[in-house]
Amino acid sequence: MERVRAALVRAWTWLLNFLNLGASGHSDRPHYLFYRHKGPVRAMHWFNAIVLLVMLMSGLQIFNAHPALYWGQTSDFDHPIFALRSVLGVDGLHGVTQIGPWTFDTTGVLGASEFDGRAIGRGFPAWATLPGPQWLALGRQWHFFFAWLFTINGIIFAVYAFASGHFRELLPRWHDIRELPHEIVEHAKLRFARGEAAKHYNALQKITYFIVIFVLGPLVVLTGLTMSPTMNSAFPELVWVFGGRQSSRTIHFICAFSFVAFFVIHIVMAVLSGTWNNLRSMINGRYAVEKEAAHG
Amino acid sequence: MGDASRRNFLARGGAAVGLLALAGCRGLPQPQWLQDLLRSSEGLTRRVQRSFAGGNSLAKEFTKADIAPVFRANGTRNPVNPAYQAMRANNFQDWRLEVNGLVEAPLSLSLEQLRAMPSRTQITRHDCVEGWSCIGEWKGTPLRLVLDAARPKPKAHYVMFYCADPMGETPDAPLYYESLDLIEAVHPQTILAYELNGQTLPLQHGAPIRLRAERQLGYKMAKYVMHIELVQDFAHIRGGRGGYWEDHGYNWYAGI
Repeated sequence: MERVRAALVRAWTWLLNFLNLGASGHSDRPHYLFYRHKGPVRAMHWFNAIVLLVMLMSGLQIFNAHPALYWGQTSDFDHPIFALRSVLGVDGLHGVTQIGPWTFDTTGVLGASEFDGRAIGRGFPAWATLPGPQWLALGRQWHFFFAWLFTINGIIFAVYAFASGHFRELLPRWHDIRELPHEIVEHAKLRFARGEAAKHYNALQKITYFIVIFVLGPLVVLTGLTMSPTMNSAFPELVWVFGGRQSSRTIHFICAFSFVAFFVIHIVMAVLSGTWNNLRSMINGRYAVEKEAAHG
Repeated sequence: MGDASRRNFLARGGAAVGLLALAGCRGLPQPQWLQDLLRSSEGLTRRVQRSFAGGNSLAKEFTKADIAPVFRANGTRNPVNPAYQAMRANNFQDWRLEVNGLVEAPLSLSLEQLRAMPSRTQITRHDCVEGWSCIGEWKGTPLRLVLDAARPKPKAHYVMFYCADPMGETPDAPLYYESLDLIEAVHPQTILAYELNGQTLPLQHGAPIRLRAERQLGYKMAKYVMHIELVQDFAHIRGGRGGYWEDHGYNWYAGI
């Protein structure tokens, strides 16, 4: 019993250390609280996080209605560039993921997964879609309602960023681009900015946030709108720019998974560079900055 | 949209965000009020898209080289409807398109009469609500000409299409129905198509005529059309949402 409790305590301590839950994020060294994120940025950040989660899950529901992607204007049904299929084998239903010329057995997750206790053919599994069961109509209702929230929030953020000067904090400069390789190496070694340097976005943050907010954001909205036949008639240029309606659908899908990749890296980085400190600075704005050691 | 309705919309947005945790759970029922809440953005989408597109923006027209070798058929491919099959056996000689409701001059048109009217031929991309697209060449009578002949009354705001295909395995299943508003109905590319790729409209594509509304998704383009009715609104028709799929949760506005 003692041994079990000791193991539990060790595991808990390890988890806390792993999650970096110390007050300053790094250590108990002397620190002061710096007001890092302003209220509007914090509010829009969390609002957007929830909205994007709904967009992703309802988007996967819509994708499941025809789980295949094509390039160009139309669907070359026999030659998708990406497809999730189910194939009935002697040992049951298999899920198959096709990417270009390659196919992978992804039974249980992609192509075929369990729903209500039995294996069924469906693109993405029920736990990843909104709603869970196959229900295109309701998936569209979620997606299009939240698309407005995403767009309105994005526009308010852009206006706020320009008006408040936040845009200048995000805009990468030449020296940021020069520092990028060094910054990538530092992040890969999990060496994060400390002290006064942690008060500003580093080169990798600026470039990533800028691309996600000002490139990926508009791109996902525009490729979404380019799937609309009415918008196609109003703005044929958009269809041309994206190389056709099916290309637009494919780019929309790639955008969605770029957001997923960003979420994963963003959350991992936030955890590794000080979960509680980062979380707190996005909740009440206060970020603990270590005091620089006196020289000598 | 006024300030109050914008606030209202944002407030409902906030409410919907809060409910996500509940509704996202698998197996939980999706209550009607939640579906109504989500549907509340449809009118905004319609108004904004229409303000960009106007009444006459045209869907892109393609060349013969773009036509798909096989045009995919979706939904009903062969209606299990004895009355329809009898007409089909007779090569639709007895088929009549009834045009009535809020019109000055109700019509009953044979296929020959429809074919004798001026026609429009268009090579367009069909976009299914499921996500796929297919290009085909359609020839048919502009719906506008039929409506002009029937002379809609000022109170007529929507055009209902009643079809011959039962939406089920048995003949007593409900027959397909759809609707357009007058903006979409008199659009130059909205036609009652009787030919696909130079051939008489095949059975699986809605013989003898199907609707083409090129700025809309596929489910708007009713096949096996038998009867056109002009109405003031569709609140009293079947489920009250203006179409078979609309009564099953899909948006009436199918421009996206």
